[in-house]
Amino acid sequence: MDDPVMLDCRGVWKLYGPAPAQFLKAHGGAPDAGALARAGMIGAVRDVNARIRAGECFVIMGLSGSGKSTLLRCMARLIEPTAGEILFEGRDLLAMPERELIALRRRKMGMVFQHFALLPHLTVLQNVAFPLDVQGIERSKREARAREMIALVGLEGREDCFPRELSGGQQQRVGIARSLAVEPELWFLDEPFSALDPLIRREMQDEFLRLQSMLKKTIVFITHDFDEAIRLADRIAVMKDGAIVQTATPEELVLNPATDYVAEFTRHIPRAKVLRLRTIMEPDTGGAVAGELPADLTVAEAAARIEAAALPFRLIEAGRPVGIVGRQAVIDVLVGRGKP
Amino acid sequence: MSGRLGRWLRGPRLFWIALFALTWALSTWSFPLYKALGARWIIRYPKAWELPLEGWLSAAMKWLVEEASFGLFTFRDLTRAIAALIEAPYRLVRAALIDGFSTGYGQQAEQWAPPLSWLAVIFIVVAIARYAQGWRLAALVGGCFLYLAVFGQWESAMVTLASVLIAVPIGVAGGLALGIAAFRAPWFERALRPLLDLMQTVPVFAYLVPILFLFGFGPVSALVATVIYAMPPMVRVTTVALQSVPHEVTDAGRMMGCTRRQMLWKVLVPSAMPTLMVGVNQVIMLSLNMVIIASMIGAGGLGFDVLAALRRLDIGGGIEAGLAIVVMAIALDRLSQAFATRQAGAPLVAQGVLRRHPWLVTVILVVLGTGLVGLFFPPVQSYPESATITTSAFWAGAIEWINVNFFDTLERIKTFLLTWLMLPIKRFFTGIPWAWGIAAMGLAGWKLGGWRLGLPAALLTGFIAASGLWGKAMVTVYLCGTSVLIASLIGIPLGIWAGQSERANAVIGAIIDTLQTLPSFVYLIPVVMLFRVGDFSAMIAVVLYALAPAVRYAAHGLRSIDAQMIEAGKVAGCTRRQLLWRIKLPLATPALLLGLNQTIMLALSMLVITALVGTRDLGQEVYIALTKANTGQGIIAGLSVAFIAIAADRIISALARHARHRLGLEA
Ligand SMILES: Nc1ncnc2c1ncn2[C@@H]1O[C@H](COP(=O)(O)OP(=O)(O)OP(=O)(O)O)[C@@H](O)[C@H]1O
Ligand SMILES: [Mg+2]
Repeated sequence: MDDPVMLDCRGVWKLYGPAPAQFLKAHGGAPDAGALARAGMIGAVRDVNARIRAGECFVIMGLSGSGKSTLLRCMARLIEPTAGEILFEGRDLLAMPERELIALRRRKMGMVFQHFALLPHLTVLQNVAFPLDVQGIERSKREARAREMIALVGLEGREDCFPRELSGGQQQRVGIARSLAVEPELWFLDEPFSALDPLIRREMQDEFLRLQSMLKKTIVFITHDFDEAIRLADRIAVMKDGAIVQTATPEELVLNPATDYVAEFTRHIPRAKVLRLRTIMEPDTGGAVAGELPADLTVAEAAARIEAAALPFRLIEAGRPVGIVGRQAVIDVLVGRGKP
Repeated sequence: MSGRLGRWLRGPRLFWIALFALTWALSTWSFPLYKALGARWIIRYPKAWELPLEGWLSAAMKWLVEEASFGLFTFRDLTRAIAALIEAPYRLVRAALIDGFSTGYGQQAEQWAPPLSWLAVIFIVVAIARYAQGWRLAALVGGCFLYLAVFGQWESAMVTLASVLIAVPIGVAGGLALGIAAFRAPWFERALRPLLDLMQTVPVFAYLVPILFLFGFGPVSALVATVIYAMPPMVRVTTVALQSVPHEVTDAGRMMGCTRRQMLWKVLVPSAMPTLMVGVNQVIMLSLNMVIIASMIGAGGLGFDVLAALRRLDIGGGIEAGLAIVVMAIALDRLSQAFATRQAGAPLVAQGVLRRHPWLVTVILVVLGTGLVGLFFPPVQSYPESATITTSAFWAGAIEWINVNFFDTLERIKTFLLTWLMLPIKRFFTGIPWAWGIAAMGLAGWKLGGWRLGLPAALLTGFIAASGLWGKAMVTVYLCGTSVLIASLIGIPLGIWAGQSERANAVIGAIIDTLQTLPSFVYLIPVVMLFRVGDFSAMIAVVLYALAPAVRYAAHGLRSIDAQMIEAGKVAGCTRRQLLWRIKLPLATPALLLGLNQTIMLALSMLVITALVGTRDLGQEVYIALTKANTGQGIIAGLSVAFIAIAADRIISALARHARHRLGLEA
């Protein structure tokens, strides 16, 4: 369960306004919202603590202006936080000299941007090969790799197009291919699908899940769309006014919202989509069962099979039976009845 | 290896290389060719083919002034009416700033109110600056005006200011009106554009000639010339600003049911305000520049002081008056820029005039107060002569010191550049046979924009040849080309630096602003003192004058690159150098080309003024026409300069369009 921490943010602040560092110091490093407002400062990121574990998909979500992009840019050190520490695999990212930072970005980080940020003067192939190009990798090698990535995102045949000749969804595929070209370990995505229409967004999410199941990257994913968050996330951090109000699995978020704000967010989410069978199971009494199911399926995923069967299913976790789930429990969740 | 060379040579590159090589060959061997074939027409345009345009134009002008009539009134009446319209407000402003208000004329004139006291003027500008931005600007502007008083330039400065105060509102209002009309009616824009091009590219001396002819020597002529000179950018800025209001905004306005009029004044103009203010700033700065130049036809003021000093070769006095212009230019520039970037403050809700307009009330009190006190205590009214400081001797000494100590160094630099750069370029351009010159321009235009660009380019070049000005035009091209080359070599790196570093931007920006606000005459003084007359002096003056756009556009181009692009580059692991060469520069190409374009335009306009230091180009031709009041000669030579400018502009714009297209910034 507890994979090593890849990126560790400790008490990260980013303030905009006149002399932010002095302001922060003057307020003991922790000004409250009132003090910020009075001084005319914008607390884009306020005291954020987040530990991103290797291999997880960490989704940051919140409304527009809640500081998601700013936090992400701090994590990649595209902007300098006003205060706090960021450790990448235990090394202090903020103290890193430029040379090392560049080397780190070249080998370990990739980023996808909300508005694609494709270089307009380069073709699709050149765009995807660009990160390799700046590393000085020879042409044939980098183009081969770029072609591979382009194939991975399903854009074969468009290598020589310019970005302006592609649709939004296609452009974002190029963005994704480019960010993957260096085989990053840590993959940042800043609202990669927000600029796309719902149908294509859905398609791209599937694509993303497919890629992630193959690639197993560590991901920091930003979205303001809760549906998207629960589809993709292992854990979700909910941001409000620059601060993280809760970090939890989608399921915990729905079951135990830390604040009214989070509760409001999750209210309209069908529980079946987030509740895992594990959460609604009953003790295994050793009776007859219709079959076995993994305990970490969501109710929605398993609903059709469980409902169709007369007998309950046995749940398996880590190779061992942990409980059973029957039709009634599933229906309770689906119609929104009963406790959890 | 040969494969790579082959690839490099393919396509458009080959065309340009071939065109250049052919031009170079013809330029180098045109003389032997003429000898071999015995065809003198190769190197010299035959006199018999020249168009007698000069005579026609002079005659037409004469007819216009002496006989033309619109039925109810004659052309003469029209110019008189315009003159009267301009003169009345000018007199009023002059009265307020310098002469005082009086009734009666000549001997019987009786002053019933003094002009604004120097303290009141300073207080007014301080209050405006405070309103526009804050105390820092107020201190700067106040300091500038105080300088004018303390260093004894007050009177001249106020004469100049009076002209600017009249020319600017006319220029802005006229520009706005024409710009809006062009925005609304595309055909009007199409008709206006060539006219604007002409107004902006015909060298200023050239239209001083006909204006002098129409309005006579005096401030009215100067004001007319100033307005003509300063208005075109406002027209352009207005059209562009209105056109670039986002469609979503106009659509929103339409959905809310705006009428055309509401759309214009409530949606378009307010949305375009920041850009429009940039236009106003330009009008102010151009007006100032032109008011200085127009001292040649009677504007008076600081420009006249510079001109007089230049004629007397009085270095100290020239620099002193020049500095006063700089100071005033900086004050006006910063002030108008502050208005451009000003953010509307919270609406005032307090009741009562005093509460709502504390500054206005204070200003009125100060004006009246200093006026009254000044009646009894003159130093309050006008700055006491005895307390002025003169720096004239200091400047004269400084230049002399440089000449004594660095003569050899300066001479070596001059000789080096002349031998290795200027003369070869001169030989190249002046050697080009006129017929090939026309063909080459046509081909270049055709390559970039089809016959719609190629044909006009060839025709414009042909006009120059047919006017019998080919030789002088090529000298102009050579001087302009050399200056632009050097200005770009210095300016673009500076701009790149300024575009990447806030601190460099502050310093370079300040220097460039100062350089750009200096009136053209001022450059000539130190340059002539250090390098004496000739092509080299002209080149240096032109470089200094034309440096600004190269720097500005490069810096602006770099700054306005989408931040996401830079981030994408950083995330891809670009080093700073890679970021610059792989991302910033390619994306800034259109801006760099625009900068080049502007550099050429400024270089050409300055080049004409350097006729005063003895170049033998089209500028000299115009200058001679001005001194002889030969309208035809002046207009033809002026048009030739304008045509060079227009051809260059069209070709570089086409290049920029290609670049923008390649970058996907334009369909
Ligand atoms: N360069 C800046 N200067 C001043 N304020 C900024 C700057 N960048 C961001 N902010 C402010 O910081 C806050 C957080 O912005 P941020 O872009 O991180 O929001 P976001 O959560 O990504 O929103 P969105 O979903 O709209 O992208 C906002 O209030 C924004 O106005
Ligand atoms: Mg964002």
